[in-house]
Amino acid sequence: MIVDEIDINEQIGEVGKILGSQEKKRGILIHALHQIQGDNGYLPEDVLKRLSKNLSLSLSEIYSVASFYKMFHFKPRGRKIVRVCLGTACYVRGSKKVLTTLENEFNVKNGETTEDLAMTLETVGCVGCCGLAPVSTINEDIIGEIVGEKKIETLISSIKEE
Amino acid sequence: MERLKSIEEFRDLSVFLGKEVFSPEKNMVKICCGTACTATGSRAIVRVFEEEISKKTLDLEIVKTGCQGLCQKGPVMRTEPYNYFYQRVKQNDVREIIPTTYSAGFPVRHLLYRDTFLEKPIEVMEDVPFYKKQMRVVLRNNGKIDPCSINHYIAVGGYGAAAKVFSSMSPEQVIEEVKRAILRGRGGAGFPAGVKWMHTRKAPGTIKIVIANGDEGDPGAFMDRSIMEGDPHSLLEGMLICAYAIDAHYGFIYVRHEYPLAVKNLRIAIKQAEDLGLLGKNILGTGFDFTVHIREGAGAFICGEATALVASIEGNRGFPHARPPRVSEPGGGPWGYPANLNNVETYACVPQIIENGADWFLSIGTESSPGTKVFALTGKVKNTGLVEVPMGITLREIIFDIGGGIIGNKKFKAVQTGGPSGGCIPEKYLDLPVDFDSLAKVGSIMGSGGMVVMDEDNCMVDVAKFFLSFTQAESCGKCPPCRIGTYQMLQILEKITSGNGEKGDIENLERLGKLVIAGSLCGLGKSAPNPVLTTIKYFRDEYEEHVRDKYCRAKVCNLGLLKIEQEECILCGLCKQACAFDAVKETRRSFFIDQDYCTKCKACFFACPVSAVKITKQKYIRLAEELEIPTEHIEVIERRSRMTLKDILESKPHEIVTIHKDRNVSDAVKVMSEKNVSGLFIVDENNKLVSIFTERDIVRCVFNNIPFDEILERLARRDITIFDPSTQISPAISIASRKQIRHLPVVEGDKIVGMVTFRDLVSYLLPEICFMAETMY
Repeated sequence: MIVDEIDINEQIGEVGKILGSQEKKRGILIHALHQIQGDNGYLPEDVLKRLSKNLSLSLSEIYSVASFYKMFHFKPRGRKIVRVCLGTACYVRGSKKVLTTLENEFNVKNGETTEDLAMTLETVGCVGCCGLAPVSTINEDIIGEIVGEKKIETLISSIKEE
Repeated sequence: MERLKSIEEFRDLSVFLGKEVFSPEKNMVKICCGTACTATGSRAIVRVFEEEISKKTLDLEIVKTGCQGLCQKGPVMRTEPYNYFYQRVKQNDVREIIPTTYSAGFPVRHLLYRDTFLEKPIEVMEDVPFYKKQMRVVLRNNGKIDPCSINHYIAVGGYGAAAKVFSSMSPEQVIEEVKRAILRGRGGAGFPAGVKWMHTRKAPGTIKIVIANGDEGDPGAFMDRSIMEGDPHSLLEGMLICAYAIDAHYGFIYVRHEYPLAVKNLRIAIKQAEDLGLLGKNILGTGFDFTVHIREGAGAFICGEATALVASIEGNRGFPHARPPRVSEPGGGPWGYPANLNNVETYACVPQIIENGADWFLSIGTESSPGTKVFALTGKVKNTGLVEVPMGITLREIIFDIGGGIIGNKKFKAVQTGGPSGGCIPEKYLDLPVDFDSLAKVGSIMGSGGMVVMDEDNCMVDVAKFFLSFTQAESCGKCPPCRIGTYQMLQILEKITSGNGEKGDIENLERLGKLVIAGSLCGLGKSAPNPVLTTIKYFRDEYEEHVRDKYCRAKVCNLGLLKIEQEECILCGLCKQACAFDAVKETRRSFFIDQDYCTKCKACFFACPVSAVKITKQKYIRLAEELEIPTEHIEVIERRSRMTLKDILESKPHEIVTIHKDRNVSDAVKVMSEKNVSGLFIVDENNKLVSIFTERDIVRCVFNNIPFDEILERLARRDITIFDPSTQISPAISIASRKQIRHLPVVEGDKIVGMVTFRDLVSYLLPEICFMAETMY
């Protein structure tokens, strides 16, 4: 989405009829942030500044919303985003071990990105695949049943390959 | 397809599609394309099927269904005709399935489900134990239809309820029907949906909004996901009926951003329904307008709370606000408009209630909670996945019959229901019928339906810490009791699990937990201490062990003392390699752990191939050195000394032998001789304990010349000592010796539990006494 050409009425849809102009602008804010993050991988400051102008919301308000939600990031992120599920089901089946192994392997802590921007390591509450616990995701791909050294090694090598 | 202009046109289409789409002559393969099966490769299978079909020009239709439930055995699929159920299908199997099943009509046997390797394979899905006890109401279409095809949904009777509502029911009648069905909100609290609808309808103002809560943030729960992914139209139909009932024209579905497939399928479904005139303007020519919008969350658990969700829809930070105003009242919903907010599963129930009537719904489940509930059964059970069962089924049936029991035949320890807001339920409540009220009674909640099973290898303190760290991180920070209280509780738990627990920590946790519940603004804070409080309630000894003995019986926390058992050690040296701190030392003939260097990381414990590395309590080692008894024996002695009378009764075959108070002495002697017991319970008409009759009473009769036809009631002693089942062995022995009694009647309330004799007590301590005698003297 190009920030300068947001069509607010189109984004908000039918429900816009019952809303004031400011309510409409606020209503699409989270959606717009999703779009920006989808395009850039994170929320760059200059884009947010332009968004602030277009939606006539102060920059601090935009940051206040964006910083509340865990999904939004303000720093560039790795090409591969690895999420280790720490949901209950995965946790009881040993996802903590997966996390520490990855942390040691790539020398990053949970939430950090490697220096060469190859990967970002994150944890997630639940990806909804508890049947396959413990689960990790690499970008959109789900990798399940990571039990035992061998499976962890396969996970690591699939993260490393470009 | 053209837009439908009237209800008659819809009915015609429905009849047409019903005959056409799923005609029995058609060859179909229904492949699960839910998230879990996609992760195990179902897309690749679909691709191979497509290739084969186009190559051989087969008459075979592929139906990509939503989650079929048995995620663990994925990818799963069903064939039509024959209805064979295949599990763990691989790409190469496709070339075998097509000729075997579709040409010859045989099942591919190695893909069929088997309980164990030795048992016969099961051909159809309905006979698989996992599905046998299930009852599919909400998930009725999951696994049968293609979620991306509105034709499939209409062909199985979809939107029929909406047509019925538009053609023959007034909004009041709809609400009355839902109210009468006692449809309780499936999101957790169990508030009756009909009452909520009525409330929203009566709220002043002409603009109302319908909201579906699909922000399923509970770790370990994925039923809303499977409805939105596998049967999105049933959600839309439920919302449409609700909109008609409360006269709303706008709808929102709030979906987690983590569910991209759900968002995609919902978008397709909304588009299809709008094109067909089942959503949008002038629905089916009735003049009713209803548009549905999707709002994506952005990773905030708190947004599952009603008022926070509303704030998020408006585009604000997801802070909850104080109620009233409720969401259904003016000023409470988005932009101040009254709104009806229900869980996705609740809406999915509605079309079935309208179509089959409230009486049908009431006939399923329990009196106060009719209907079915979808549970996400996960954790240490053999079969994990989505199960839909009628309310009132017992936990045991869900875990052991449907779930197939615990992996590796380990011992069941607890089941956690309701996600991070729920509680842990111990083994003694396994026969509890599951509904909203019964779960609340034991301190847990139904929640959205997550069910995580834990076995003996799970440490309850660690589990509580995990849940609390989740809620602590997800606390929005608006009100201090939740923000600070959960943090402090987490610090205490951290202290306990790292071996620095002090006396009073457990009490502090309980006190803090109650304060957080009392002081928090919204449901998140009010329920956050639940996992801690229930684990303390039911597993207090485990907490005490962590604090007092610095020991974790599940060997999860880094506690306890590591020691190499010399007799079992095979001197392979793996422990020495595994240790990163050089704590494992080597002598000419043995390995041992230098406690000064040991960090209790347990690397050696996991490395040892013969489990010769033991983790024990510190004091056991000390005792073992002093008394020269192996630590296992001390463990046994300690465990036995903590046993209660109830444990004794349960550990031996016992029968409660009773006799009515109006019978006479010779009757009693006869019964005692027949049953080979030395004491009887004398009971009245209601089976209530009056007294006991023992061998000593017979001696008394003979000595005092009391005739043997004397009625027992007149002989009965009134001053008998009764024991509670929870009495421990040593106090029981001391009471019994002081009072000089040999028969200990165990009674719980009014119920007779059993008779413990002095001999039982002695025989329980016998092994230790013998052992002591042997080794020490």
